[in-house]
Amino acid sequence: MRHPTSPASGHNATSHSATSHSATSSGEPPATAPAPGARRRARRRPRRTATALTAGIAGGILLAAAACGGGTGSGGNGSPKTLTYWASNQGTDIAADQRVLGPELAKFEKQSGIKVKLEVVPWTDLLNRILAATTSGQGPDVLNIGNTWSASLQATGGLLPFDAKTIAQVGGAQRFVPAALASAGAKGKDPAAVPLYSLAYGLYYNKKMFADAKLDPPKTWQEMVDDGHRLTKGNVHGIAVEGASIPENVHAAFNIGQMYGADFFTPDGKPQFATPQAVAAIKSYVGLLGTDKIAAPGNAEYSANQSLNDFATGKAAMLMWQATTSGFTNLGMKPGAWGVVPIPAPSPTPPGGRDVTSMVAGINIAVFKNTDNRDGALKFVKFMTSDDEQKILNKAYGSLPSVTAAQNDPAFDTADLKVFKDILAAHAAPLPQVPSESQFETAVGTAMKELFADAAAGRPLTDDRIKSKLEAAQQQMAK
Amino acid sequence: MTSANVSPGTTRAGGAAGGRRGRPGGPGAAGGAPTARARRPRRRLRLPPRLLPYLLLAPAVVAELVVHVVPIAVGVWMSFRDLTLFYIRDWAKAPGKGLGNYRIAVDFDAAIGKDLLGSFLVTVGVTVLAVGLSWLLGTAAAILMQERFRGRGLLRAAFLVPYALPVYAAVMTWGFLFQRDTGMVDHVLVDQLHLTGGDRPFWLIGGNSFWALLTVIVWRSWPFAFLVLMAGLQNVPRDLYEASALDGAGVWRQIRHITLPALRPVNQVLVLVLFLWTFNDFNTPFVLFGKAAPDGGDLVSLHIYQTSFITWNFGAGSAMSVLLLLFLLLVTAVYLIATSRRRTARA
Repeated sequence: MRHPTSPASGHNATSHSATSHSATSSGEPPATAPAPGARRRARRRPRRTATALTAGIAGGILLAAAACGGGTGSGGNGSPKTLTYWASNQGTDIAADQRVLGPELAKFEKQSGIKVKLEVVPWTDLLNRILAATTSGQGPDVLNIGNTWSASLQATGGLLPFDAKTIAQVGGAQRFVPAALASAGAKGKDPAAVPLYSLAYGLYYNKKMFADAKLDPPKTWQEMVDDGHRLTKGNVHGIAVEGASIPENVHAAFNIGQMYGADFFTPDGKPQFATPQAVAAIKSYVGLLGTDKIAAPGNAEYSANQSLNDFATGKAAMLMWQATTSGFTNLGMKPGAWGVVPIPAPSPTPPGGRDVTSMVAGINIAVFKNTDNRDGALKFVKFMTSDDEQKILNKAYGSLPSVTAAQNDPAFDTADLKVFKDILAAHAAPLPQVPSESQFETAVGTAMKELFADAAAGRPLTDDRIKSKLEAAQQQMAK
Repeated sequence: MTSANVSPGTTRAGGAAGGRRGRPGGPGAAGGAPTARARRPRRRLRLPPRLLPYLLLAPAVVAELVVHVVPIAVGVWMSFRDLTLFYIRDWAKAPGKGLGNYRIAVDFDAAIGKDLLGSFLVTVGVTVLAVGLSWLLGTAAAILMQERFRGRGLLRAAFLVPYALPVYAAVMTWGFLFQRDTGMVDHVLVDQLHLTGGDRPFWLIGGNSFWALLTVIVWRSWPFAFLVLMAGLQNVPRDLYEASALDGAGVWRQIRHITLPALRPVNQVLVLVLFLWTFNDFNTPFVLFGKAAPDGGDLVSLHIYQTSFITWNFGAGSAMSVLLLLFLLLVTAVYLIATSRRRTARA
């Protein structure tokens, strides 16, 4: 209410050129005379106050920020009665996940007395949320991670390492499928997580289209290409690929790369993308569209699961995809209309080629190092990886249990899952478990997206071109 | 007391007497009464009189610090650090890297610097064309909408729709339109107009992505130009047109000599704002192309995000962002100096 002081004095303190004007207008000529000294004093005082104020505020903020950044606490058991769990989105939508997980969490609360606060995080947000939690030290107690992120997240130090003693608390390392546990962190280090759901890649084929053309599912890469030629007619193509999808591209590069013996990292973790083996693998994959022309050119811009749609609606006869059922049935395909075989390898096996047809895909469960309920978190991990829960959850999601004992349940003996169980047991390898894995995915996946674009535009797919793209991708992996 | 606020004379006098000198009963008879009243609360609060404006400003200063200055300062600090995934948990301890991050960003012989430069040039190209086209469309529409006619209000509202739509929804729709096999753009160009000789061009991958991106950006930003210029035109006195018409000036002459000069101050701000928005546009290419944009649509903000933040190299990303900030500061400063100098010269 005491308005006269506020606007006018603010005016004076800031714009001195205006003083003479205002003085004249208020009819007091002498006002300017004693001013200089007084005004200088007046100017200095508030400025010092303001500076002090600013410095204080800035200092406070920096302190607060530093306190946030110093996520050095290694967790404890401050609040033993609650847990926060970030689950990845495994079902068709978030509500579906809540329906699956809700009763199980209630069961856990009944057993242990620990209430689990569930948050299902969409895949688009999950990694960013984990990074933010790592940076601030404020995060969940237990979380799901994509298993390809394991080594990267391990390097941040934000996750509780499962050393011998810790892993014994959740039942011991021997319970888990070895290939799945191998994708929970860098080789030679304590795993940063334990596997929760396991998946693998296979080649899905449309049974009716194959029967109509009197074809058997392919056993070699060449058979797959030949079948594709036979099945490509008009708007129907032999195979569908997700050409603009970074993860699908890089997974294919790895899966087929294994058959050619390609390693994208040296044993000591240095990138080496442009090996002849990698060039050959990528050439055969992109060539499905570019040279063999059994995939439609439009596939080069697919990145939103359009290839899944093409397969489910009969526009393509084959598809390389991770184990799924609901992915097809949601799009109107009847169960039993498809079959699955391992992704066929080139024959004869190229020199150095491995008997591996798929990456170990899947989800790991980890404990956040800053948890204030470490024992409860480990209890929860033990619960989620117990035989019973593994059966219930993996049945619900159409994935495979990551613990050996649970895999023997008859529910996982369907024709599809038997194929994937075999692949996971003997013909699957983890993606490179190195800290720069996410960089590798971005760089190589993008290079392949560009190669698909070139191929679709009719540019020839030569070894040199692939090699130079891969070399450029590797150069982006600067230290 | 509100009446004193309204009258500038009284307010000034009261302020001059009470605020500046801070001495009760100063000369200045006019301010006598308000001073006496203003003195009481001062005594109660015991605040030095010159502190008050700063106290009143303090919330704004704090907000400005928290929202702008501190994040910028942290970003600049990060650009000198080797802040990779190994340090994000305890980022205050990330080791210094000196100018290393900057050296990588401007090393145009190596892949990272070359790509950054390429993305920068694409951004400059998109920005120049998009600002030019948006301005041209906005001006033309604003001038055409000046005259009263039936349905003008409706048409004006329709023109503003792209600006009012949520950016994600709008750009995703454009993404569908630009799809090769099922999109409407190719359907019209290829199946109905037969313009391409049976060839179905890609718009979301390869070289055409530049034109796809440009189309969407212009579509999104010209309504803003239209809105601002339409408001600006309301201030051009109608009698100028009438007088010039009497003197025999045609429409083009009127536009050149009345409309455009009158819109000059509006245009000065408009072009600058459009430039900054387009240059920094992240959403449009991100929604249209996804994380890995093709070279033709690789705007620099998205490029920085993709080459550094996705790969968790926050130091390098910050260095690139600081370079971008410096460039924009430079352009803005040069632009403002050049345009205001010309205006002073004219005045």
